[in-house]
Amino acid sequence: MSAVPATPRPASADAVPDGPVAPDQRFALLLAPPRARGGLRVVPARVVAMCAVELQKLRHDRTELYTRAVQPALWLLIFGETFTRMHVIPTGNVPYIDYLAPGIIAQSAMFIAIFYGIMIIWERDSGVLTKLLVTPTPRAALVTGKAFASGVKAVIQAVVVIVIAAALGVALTWNPLRLLGALVVVLLGSAFFACLSMAIAGIVLTRDRLMGIGQAITMPLFFGSNALYPVDVMPGWLRAFSAVNPLSYQVDALRGLLIGTHAHLLADFAVLTVAALLGIAAAASLLGRLAR
Amino acid sequence: MTTSLPHHVEPAGRSADGAALSCVDLHYAFGATKAVDGLDLRVEQGEVFGLLGPNGAGKTTTIRAITTLLPVPPGVVEVFGHDAARQKMAVRRLLGYVPQQLSADAGLTGHENVALFARVFDVPRRERAARVAQALDAVGLTDAAQRSAGTYSGGMVRRLELAQALVSAPRLLILDEPTIGMDPIARDSVWERISDIRAGTGMTVLVTTHSMEEADQRCDRLALMHRGRVRALGTPEELKAELIAHRRESGDADPRPPSLEDVFRHFAGSGLGDPGPDEQRGEFSDVRRTRHTASRVG
Ligand SMILES: Nc1ncnc2c1ncn2[C@@H]1O[C@H](COP(=O)(O)OP(=O)(O)OP(=O)(O)O)[C@@H](O)[C@H]1O
Ligand SMILES: [Mg+2]
Repeated sequence: MSAVPATPRPASADAVPDGPVAPDQRFALLLAPPRARGGLRVVPARVVAMCAVELQKLRHDRTELYTRAVQPALWLLIFGETFTRMHVIPTGNVPYIDYLAPGIIAQSAMFIAIFYGIMIIWERDSGVLTKLLVTPTPRAALVTGKAFASGVKAVIQAVVVIVIAAALGVALTWNPLRLLGALVVVLLGSAFFACLSMAIAGIVLTRDRLMGIGQAITMPLFFGSNALYPVDVMPGWLRAFSAVNPLSYQVDALRGLLIGTHAHLLADFAVLTVAALLGIAAAASLLGRLAR
Repeated sequence: MTTSLPHHVEPAGRSADGAALSCVDLHYAFGATKAVDGLDLRVEQGEVFGLLGPNGAGKTTTIRAITTLLPVPPGVVEVFGHDAARQKMAVRRLLGYVPQQLSADAGLTGHENVALFARVFDVPRRERAARVAQALDAVGLTDAAQRSAGTYSGGMVRRLELAQALVSAPRLLILDEPTIGMDPIARDSVWERISDIRAGTGMTVLVTTHSMEEADQRCDRLALMHRGRVRALGTPEELKAELIAHRRESGDADPRPPSLEDVFRHFAGSGLGDPGPDEQRGEFSDVRRTRHTASRVG
């Protein structure tokens, strides 16, 4: 108890001070339940609620924001600069660091999302999730809310990496529509990876196991995508994996939007949207296991 | 409601007779452990109903079944006439729930913790700030509202959780060991706040506790659970009278009038239980969990 109020409380530090006002007036609003929100409007409302919580937490503790900026900065600075000089990766007339920047944006957003399930397990262990599950929030709405909340973090991270990349001289677009599109891509990708993580959390149920699985799958997802090198230089089996890896679609769209390389934007958006929806469905159906 | 309801559910029947909560032959097993084993329970509107029983009796499991956290078949649990299996959302809107473990989010302030629950219960924006303020005021946390809940003492966290549960004006408030680890004065003040709110709303309260004194003073009726079933039911006075009658029958001439603790020992104590299965029922984890909560609270 650091900030103890000035008035000394007799006997018990936790005693509730008795107010002079009659209870019926002081608690007037607590007498009637709020009107129920109907049908599908529950989903956007819960998304807003979960995102608000995420932003409040980030406002109280920004350290995560700073520490998470270190790794992408190093990737761009060391890996990017070096390979730009070596000219070993065929990226056409685009400097390698420019080619790499969207890949690193996607990667750093994915790293945040893929460990989001740990937070769910932590919330389960601390009873926070349990209580949310006893509110008028369908599981799918809760998962969607959490997925977008992780997207909020990822979008902030993406903005940080975009700024770092710009500072390193990467020729990014400044077209606001394209930037907005890029953030939507980051949001969708994060939603998918966060749901993947929550679904795994629903299966393995413990933090340690999820941590292990998260670490085991992030690298294959990252190296098995077009984040570092074009699909053309990959062996056939890796190319096949990259074709089903949502991260590749995310990177493709980001590159098209930010650097202006040739991209399949429509297909990318479609794949990312479908992946996010499938992720939500999978995570929602497994979430109940965390309640038991 | 349509006519396609199965015959054992009477659409106007149980809901019309006005119970706040009814459980009919509730079962729940974790693997081989029968945590709840044929529990019948009926809580009337507006009463404070205490669920007592030794560690591992199945109190928390019962509550988790009522709160829709555990799957139950239709027709078993009803809250104000709404079936917990079929009308989950309707049931959840009527409930305020404070779980056994401390459950405030330490990364948020007290105010933000309550505001989250105002949001997820669809409190309209224009009413939200005032409602949250009243809920915090109701538990005496107005001064600490802007502090991180991570800095709260155990008793303050419990009151914060109460504010979270009260912000949606629940008709059935479910408290799983709400006063564990609280000092007597803090405990009394929490109960006074609950009484205040109840006076205004006629809210029903279902509470579990290991404090017989609290049960005796605060609860209108009690159910004593043991091994997943209700073993005794009635007002504190009725339960004591039952024990006196039982003593007389068995020729046990204890001259002192029995306390509720004696009743508890009689129905749940070693006298009744054959020790075998009891020891296999995860007692260690129960004790550990209780201690864990106690250490976090105290
Ligand atoms: N998640 C779980 N997995 C397996 N067994 C469980 C689980 N939760 C409870 N149990 C078991 O179910 C039985 C009833 O537990 P419950 O938590 O309902 O008891 P309780 O009456 O609330 O006890 P306490 O007073 O210690 O809180 C116990 O034997 C317990 O070990
Ligand atoms: Mg319990």
